Amino acid sequence: MDKFVKFSGIAAPMPLINIDTDMLIPKQFLKTIKRTGLGENLFFEMRYDSNGSLIKDFILNKDHYSSASIIVAGDNFGCGSSREHAPWALKDFGIKCIISTSFADIFFNNCFKNGILPIILSDDDREVLMEDANIVENSHMTIDLDNQKIIRKEGDSIDFDVDEFKKYCLLNGLDDIGLTLKNSQKIAEFEKKYSEQFSWA
Amino acid sequence: MAKRTLYDKIWDNHLIHSDNETSLIYIDRHLVHEVTSPQAFEGLRDAGRKVYAPHKTIAVPDHNVATTSDRLTNFGSEEGKIQLETLDKNAKEFGLNYYPVGDIRQGIVHIIGPEQGWTLPGMTIVCGDSHTATHGAFGALAHGIGTSEVEHVLATQTLIQQKSKNMKVEVTGALGLGVTAKDITLSIIGKTGTAGGTGHVIEYCGNAITDLSMEGRMTVCNMAIEGGARAGLIAPDEKTIEYVKGRPHSPEGEDWEKALKLWKTLYSDQGAFFDKELFLKAEDIAPVVTWGTSPEDVLSITDRVPDPNNFQGRKISAAKRSIEYMGLNPGDRLQDISIDAVFIGSCTNGRIEDLREVEKIVRGKRVKEGVRAMVVPGSGLVKKQAEEEGISATLIEAGFDWRMPGCSMCLAMNPDQLMPGERCAATSNRNFEGRQGRGGRTHLMSPAMAAAAAITGYLTDVRDL
Repeated sequence: MDKFVKFSGIAAPMPLINIDTDMLIPKQFLKTIKRTGLGENLFFEMRYDSNGSLIKDFILNKDHYSSASIIVAGDNFGCGSSREHAPWALKDFGIKCIISTSFADIFFNNCFKNGILPIILSDDDREVLMEDANIVENSHMTIDLDNQKIIRKEGDSIDFDVDEFKKYCLLNGLDDIGLTLKNSQKIAEFEKKYSEQFSWA
Repeated sequence: MAKRTLYDKIWDNHLIHSDNETSLIYIDRHLVHEVTSPQAFEGLRDAGRKVYAPHKTIAVPDHNVATTSDRLTNFGSEEGKIQLETLDKNAKEFGLNYYPVGDIRQGIVHIIGPEQGWTLPGMTIVCGDSHTATHGAFGALAHGIGTSEVEHVLATQTLIQQKSKNMKVEVTGALGLGVTAKDITLSIIGKTGTAGGTGHVIEYCGNAITDLSMEGRMTVCNMAIEGGARAGLIAPDEKTIEYVKGRPHSPEGEDWEKALKLWKTLYSDQGAFFDKELFLKAEDIAPVVTWGTSPEDVLSITDRVPDPNNFQGRKISAAKRSIEYMGLNPGDRLQDISIDAVFIGSCTNGRIEDLREVEKIVRGKRVKEGVRAMVVPGSGLVKKQAEEEGISATLIEAGFDWRMPGCSMCLAMNPDQLMPGERCAATSNRNFEGRQGRGGRTHLMSPAMAAAAAITGYLTDVRDL
């Protein structure tokens, strides 16, 4: 996984609440056996009409926002299924950061495994950024994970919290499995003790 | 010793080590299906890794299998076929417990886990599918994971987790006539909203929950995820033990005795702390349906489509969008909404008890002309049992299409889909835009309510039939 570095980009406003995984990537694209190439089908039913033409009003189809790398979203983003195709599609499209007041658990975890940073803010802070994103001239933001800051166009910033371990993995582009395998001694010791009581499992 | 919840106890039993907020937990059962696993196996292969515990890993195709009788040769799509072949290859190469299409034990992963005795109280169970919460009905900590985590579990039999908070949902009293487990679970989501359980594991308790059969309990826990929770749990009791006893992979002899001893410890201690609590009276729960495109859009069948302006904040625009998508008008009586299709099945309601409920309503009646009604049993064994009990004969006689087992029109990955604008009474778990097919309109409800809708052609109060 690539290291997550400080970056600046355009933030697209998506105020709709409960944006679900079926909206992010509908089922017909889950038949792939690859992780890549899903970006063009991100938000498929919102982005394309039934003839396959772009729906001009959809935010990510608008000139300015078509190169967005940040989404400022309504509450409970990513609810629904466990499909990692959702963050794969976001990543492939170029989204590196999503800002909301809440995320569905599985989607939230899936983001970190793919170098995407989901940021949880208070309603007030999210509204400030939603307003910024809505105005083309203000929609440029900088995401500084190291210092846990979102820097607005004018230079002032909003702080955010992030789990230490997840931050460490993102900043260093670390593979979880490699990290866990360093603990294989601990796993083996646990299994020995565990198998006495849980032989039936 | 500190008072612990059921979740705390299962967590402690599986905790390998903890580093600040981040913990490594041991996984007892890993269920794998064709859609969320190919990339994980590819990752293993690329890294030269093996499956750590193939004997604890169970593979079954379910999401995109066709439900027609010619499905061994007719896959519905080339991509779907490749995905099924990929699972077949991976299951064989890595030596997993495997139930391919054609094996009578094949079915929806969350139905065959309990059926085969892989699901047992006190276990940790994961699967690359959000409805893994189903297995919580046995007092197992079960939740959905993404494909990267599938790969992690395949390689290490462990999962990196942050411990969730505890939430209690207590339902007491007696359910009214025509009110089922599905109405309970939908009503809870109607109360909490789809983010009400975020960051929590829900323990369902109270006599209205314990009075349910194991099938009903699975229906309740299945939809914990729609309430935003990581998992749902019900403490195991005599009913649980009775259900798991003698299943193909349940313990026997000395192991059974040992397991029983542990299972008796699986309850929340008196006075254990819950971060959130919700109390419902069973008497207040009616047969419900959803009107919108979020599982929280739940109303009694006797209600009317709401006015979006009566909601608050961003829910106002979301409700407007939902009502427009659903082709409804504020103030419409729910019972005046006519339907085109009926889908009975899924990991929420594809078990034998569900089909019995449907049969009871349908017996001696006919599916309304012009309504396309489909029953998809949750597994080959459910199908067989329903055929032996004569349920299938009644349903076919009534005009239902009797299918082969799989996820089918719950997520419409296979050819079972709604057409744009088609309206469906569904026993599944999600009513998202496009979920059952682009432009398709889904109303979630219990099997009894879906059966009633099939007969009248309208959303119907089952108590009136």
